[in-house]
Amino acid sequence: MTTLEVADVEVYYGRVHALRKLSFTVGEGEIVCLLGNNGAGKSTTMNLLSGLVRPKSGRVTWDGMDLATAKPWDIVASGLIHVPEGRRIFSTMTVHENLLLGGYTVRDRRAVDERIERVYELMPRLAERRRQQGGTLSGGEQQMVAIGRAIVGGPKLLLLDEPSMGLAPLVVKQVMEIVAAINAQGTTVLLVEQNARAALKIAHRAYVVETGSTTLSGPAAELARDARVVEAYLGS
Amino acid sequence: MMQLIWNGIIVGSFYALVALGYSMVYGIIKLLNFAHGDIYMLGAFVGFFTLSSFGISNETSIPLLLVVLLLSMVTTGLIGVGIERIAYRPLRRSPRLAVLITAIGVSFTLEYGVRQIFGPNPEAFPIRLESSGFEVAGVRVTASQLVLVIIAAALMLVLAHIVERTRQGRAMRAIALDPQGAQLMGVNVDRVISTVFFIGSALAGAAGVMAGAYYGSIDFLMGFIIGLKAFTAAVIGGIGNLYGAMLGGLLLGLLESFGAAWFGGEWRDVFSFAFLILFLTFKPTGLLGARVVERM
Ligand SMILES: Nc1ncnc2c1ncn2[C@@H]1O[C@H](COP(=O)(O)OP(=O)(O)OP(=O)(O)O)[C@@H](O)[C@H]1O
Ligand SMILES: [Mg+2]
Repeated sequence: MTTLEVADVEVYYGRVHALRKLSFTVGEGEIVCLLGNNGAGKSTTMNLLSGLVRPKSGRVTWDGMDLATAKPWDIVASGLIHVPEGRRIFSTMTVHENLLLGGYTVRDRRAVDERIERVYELMPRLAERRRQQGGTLSGGEQQMVAIGRAIVGGPKLLLLDEPSMGLAPLVVKQVMEIVAAINAQGTTVLLVEQNARAALKIAHRAYVVETGSTTLSGPAAELARDARVVEAYLGS
Repeated sequence: MMQLIWNGIIVGSFYALVALGYSMVYGIIKLLNFAHGDIYMLGAFVGFFTLSSFGISNETSIPLLLVVLLLSMVTTGLIGVGIERIAYRPLRRSPRLAVLITAIGVSFTLEYGVRQIFGPNPEAFPIRLESSGFEVAGVRVTASQLVLVIIAAALMLVLAHIVERTRQGRAMRAIALDPQGAQLMGVNVDRVISTVFFIGSALAGAAGVMAGAYYGSIDFLMGFIIGLKAFTAAVIGGIGNLYGAMLGGLLLGLLESFGAAWFGGEWRDVFSFAFLILFLTFKPTGLLGARVVERM
């Protein structure tokens, strides 16, 4: 069942035409991956969904909500949670405080504490560093805080913008395993990646984004074999 | 000597209260709110207006002072929220200079608005501090001075608790670090900024009432100098840092107290602003600013 639908969306930054008739869908329970080169419009798409960027025209709906006009905080409260490119950890706040902020919209304090415990079980490294300032963590640890923070918000749809950026291959593998585990527990995932190899391994379906439009799409396994994708995004 | 310290602490706690709002607003929206000192003036005038409407003058009752203090805090808090809403929020995405100029405009509006209503001459504040007191270690302390300092300290403790330990406080710190990141956590940035303006303005209003009672007279320009002093205190402590604002306020109060005693009262302001220039030149991050490790 389709839960997120983006149809014919146009986004401009001043005169820069960033998204052109962008269309795609994400079904409940899926992991969908957006592939694309630098500047293709992937982060713009994510910001569109979380209400940070507004479309000039087109339709963006999720679970009956009009994302083109909804307030960013209402979007988060409804369970659409965006882990931005570059992690954006609150650098002078502790790991624990960062996780608490992830639960900002959750009224039930007990649920927040339980979810934080679950995050610490899923990523024991964070438990050891709970009192450490976020800005002093390694890149991989920061990525885990960013994902952990989203988990505490109780995501129904999780947006991940390049979670593997700047991480060693082994850490990328760990992060992808965590994403797959979150999905296995019922969270829908929209994943933006440059690391197509790692992403296509866990994704169900994928879209290729080029200069603001989706050009190719299909089941992840098929795209991974598609000659155009192999040439452009998987190397030899 | 001890007397100078005590006087410095009293005046310093007014500075600290005003500096806190200055610093919090700067921390969260990076605006040097030049109108902040005028909120302090408004606090004093709200107190004056309320008391004179009831025909009260020359009163020394401490409970009455507390009631007026609370009333002024709520009023100035709401005025602060209104100012942000009307004057600053529409400019959130404009160049900093535009907002700065607006703040100066707000400052003049408040000053000359009050002048229109209450006239240009100083007014006697209806509540005075009684002069009978007791001596501790060679210092003359009056009960109401003690009350003022205790209230100021209590307000600062409550504030520190809010900012350090509560959900709203975490949201404030998050916005200060990364407004867009905070929005992605579901923080209603507009509402939190309003809260900050409320708290900061209420503290300034409290300081205004206290200063009215302490100095005995108020006028429409009383916020101008204290605005500059609060800015100085915030810079000395490290702007954007709460404990810095408290420390900076106290230090400035002490410096002035000693400076005025040693070189004469007319040197007081020269003293403060010389320190501002020294800090801006040699340690712009202040005493407590930027001491945090950050890994890029
Ligand atoms: N705030 C902005 N102002 C102006 N132009 C912008 C802004 N943000 C993005 N753009 C432009 O929009 C286009 C799409 O950018 P976007 O960040 O969405 O790309 P991306 O696919 O995420 O790239 P990357 O893989 O490098 O992260 C680019 O041409 C970029 O220069
Ligand atoms: Mg991007």
